[in-house]
Amino acid sequence: MNSIADMGGMHGLGPIRVEENEPIFHADWERRMFGMFILAFAGGHFNVDMFRYGMEQMSPAEYLTSDYYEHWLHSLTMWVKDNGSLTEEEILARMAEIEKEEAA
Amino acid sequence: MSADHDHDNDHRSKVALRVKAVESLLVEKGLMDPAAIDKLVDLYENKIGPRNGAKVVAKAWTDPDYRKRLLEDGTAAIKELGYSGVQGEEMVVLENTPEVHNVVVCTLCSCYPWPTLGLPPNWYKAAPYRSRVVMDPRGVLAEFGVTLPDSKEVRVWDANAELRYLVLPERPEGTDGLDEAALAEIVTRDSMIGVGFPKTI
Repeated sequence: MNSIADMGGMHGLGPIRVEENEPIFHADWERRMFGMFILAFAGGHFNVDMFRYGMEQMSPAEYLTSDYYEHWLHSLTMWVKDNGSLTEEEILARMAEIEKEEAA
Repeated sequence: MSADHDHDNDHRSKVALRVKAVESLLVEKGLMDPAAIDKLVDLYENKIGPRNGAKVVAKAWTDPDYRKRLLEDGTAAIKELGYSGVQGEEMVVLENTPEVHNVVVCTLCSCYPWPTLGLPPNWYKAAPYRSRVVMDPRGVLAEFGVTLPDSKEVRVWDANAELRYLVLPERPEGTDGLDEAALAEIVTRDSMIGVGFPKTI
C-alpha cells in the first residue's frame, strides 16, 4: 500500500530532532493511550497489522502533523467503533461530560 | 505566545480529553481495567528498557558461545536472559564488525524491540528519521555523531511487525579489564539501534 506512512526515501520531511533525556511519555494521556493499546490488542480488538492499517487511514496531512500517540488513538477508536464496542456519538457525549465536570 | 502555540495546546487538550472519554467508556463497558493500564505503564516506564539489551550485548562480548547462539537464533538467546514477549517475538541480532556497520529503522511506523530496548524515542517514530536513514544513512549517522570511514559498509535494516532487530555493537578497545556488569554500563541504547557507539571509558 502506498500511503503517507510508507515514507522511506521521501524528501523534505525536515530535520531529525533528538530530545536529550527524553521521558518515556510526554503527557499522561500518552500513558493511558499506551496501556489501552496493549489491553485492546490483548483483548482481540485488533492485531498489529490491523492496528497499523488503522493509523494509515489518517489523512496524510493529519498523519504528518499529529503526535505519535494520536496515531494510536485514531487506530484504536477506529477498530472499537468498527466492532461495535462504542460509537462516535458516545465518545463526543462523554467528552462533553468530562469537560463540564472538569470546568465545575 | 504565538497563535500556533495556542492552537497546539488547544489541540493537545482535545486529544487528552478524547483519550479520557474513550478510556472511561471502555472501562464502563467492562472492556478495559484502569488498574491494568497503570501496571503496564509502570512496567514500560520503569522496568523494561535498554538496560535489558545492554546485558545481552555485554554477555555476547564476554561469552563466545553465547555470542554464537545470539547471532544464530536471536530470539532464543535473548530469551535465555529472560527478555521476550510483546514486540520481541522474533528477534534478529546484527553484528557490527570492522567491515560492517548496521543501523535499524522502521520506515512504515515504529517497530522496535520492546523487551530489549523498551519503547522507542520520538525521533525513531518521526518522519525525518524514517524517511531519510534509508536514503542517506551516512549523513544521518553523522548527525548522530557516528562518522564511518568510506571503506566501512553500512547496512540499513527495515524492521516490521513480525521481526525486530538489535544491533550488537563492536566491543570498544581498552575494555579488556571490565567484567560483564561493567561492560553493560557502557552499552547505550543508540549503539543497539546503530546510531551510536558504546560509551568510551
